[in-house]
Amino acid sequence: MEFHVQDGNNASAAPDLKTDSPLSTFEAHCRAGQLAYQVTQEGAAVFPPRVCAPVTGGALSWRISAGLGTVYSTTAVYSRDAAPYNVALINLDEGFRMMSRVEGVAPEAVTIGLRVKVRMATEEDAVRPVFAPVEAA
Amino acid sequence: MSLTPGSIAIVGAAESELGLVAPGTTPTDLMAQGVMRALADCGLSLTEVDGLFTANTQQRFATLVLAEYLGITPRYQDNTQIGGSSFMSHITHAMGAIEAGLCEVAVIAYGSTQRSVSRAAASPREYNPYETPYKPFLPTSAYAMAAARHMHQYGTTREHLAEVAVAARQWALMNPKAWEKKPLTIAEVLGARMVSSPLTVRDCCLVTDGGGALVLVSAARARQMKKPVYVLGVGETLSHASISSMPDLTVTGAARSGPQAFAMAGLTPADVDVAMVYDAFTINTILFLEDLGFCAKGEGGAFVSGGAIAPGGRLAVNTNGGGLSYCHPGMYGLLLLIEAVRQVRGECGARQVPSCEIALAHGNGGVLSSQATVLLGSAPR
Repeated sequence: MEFHVQDGNNASAAPDLKTDSPLSTFEAHCRAGQLAYQVTQEGAAVFPPRVCAPVTGGALSWRISAGLGTVYSTTAVYSRDAAPYNVALINLDEGFRMMSRVEGVAPEAVTIGLRVKVRMATEEDAVRPVFAPVEAA
Repeated sequence: MSLTPGSIAIVGAAESELGLVAPGTTPTDLMAQGVMRALADCGLSLTEVDGLFTANTQQRFATLVLAEYLGITPRYQDNTQIGGSSFMSHITHAMGAIEAGLCEVAVIAYGSTQRSVSRAAASPREYNPYETPYKPFLPTSAYAMAAARHMHQYGTTREHLAEVAVAARQWALMNPKAWEKKPLTIAEVLGARMVSSPLTVRDCCLVTDGGGALVLVSAARARQMKKPVYVLGVGETLSHASISSMPDLTVTGAARSGPQAFAMAGLTPADVDVAMVYDAFTINTILFLEDLGFCAKGEGGAFVSGGAIAPGGRLAVNTNGGGLSYCHPGMYGLLLLIEAVRQVRGECGARQVPSCEIALAHGNGGVLSSQATVLLGSAPR
């Protein structure tokens, strides 16, 4: 797929769903090592990616996050057949929130308010954003 | 044009079999059993039913399936599916339909075999590319993160959460139909197996089979029937679908649906004799008591402490034992309404709240996503 990685301030984001979807664009950025999000014409951050802005229905453009954020909430998931793992909601500094996990510390040691930084993790099926404490990143 | 408080009444209410049903039982079997019991409760016949309302996680076309099974051809139907609060929403929609003359006898039905066929089979979750890869244990992890946030912001403790579970169990011990039969202590809740921190298995609702039905008619028709319970106020709202997109994990849409219902009814939380709030998880009860106005935001933990919502406490909450200890068949909203009806009718035996005239039933769906509040009363006002 031909894909032009955008490095911010690109307002030409009229979606063409025959060539790219919001998800395929997001994932292409992930493969390029970038955490992408969208902004409205008024400058509000939007996540997850979509074809039009909430409330106004206006155009959205893509931006690349600096990848720094704060843990908004967190849980450690205990399954019967695996070690506990972390699931967290991260407030990115640009003003959007996403689900991810915080690595590099025990799942129960992840605390609300913890400063974290993104890393693109290559997993079996995709490259996706995960986070680690800023001091450990 | 707006709905008229007290324009319709619930005249029939019944549970289907609850708990664990025989192999091969279908959700429709349970719905039909509930419908026939609810019709018997009010002396109406199946052929009089011209409005059919249901929602199901095991059937996409639940009204089609149920109408075929019962051999009826309703002129009005509603398969609104917003999770566990769907049935409160159905009350609102039935009210509109009856007032508008679209139907005269409305039946709201639900049935689930989720214990028999497994939760994963009964309620398969849709893939969300922005959440599913991180393996949240949904819905529990969503509620766990709401609890963690509430604890962080307001100093709510795991002991506060445990108070909710223990109160529900104390009520359940007075309900012969409740699944749980043994006492529960705060220490047992705290020491139970962790599922998704800070929630243990005792902070989580049951996984049971079950269902039931309600019959609703106009107030004019209800006056000639046994113990009608009038619909005085309704409110419903949506705030998000995925927990990642919930604006504030400590404030639910109940802060909108509750005031809507109270304003319509001309009532306040102080008028409520029994509060049936959707306790899929212990944090729910705290969030909804706050958002519905029984206490201030952040004070829910203190509000439920010291057995305050247990039998003999300051407010009768979830008197059937709740989703935590009585029954939680995938979606629980209809059973909240049935208990609210029975309390207003004075049919609850050992757990009956004295002089119960006003009951609140609050439904929750998804991951705190949909909220719907219904106020019921013994008189049309």
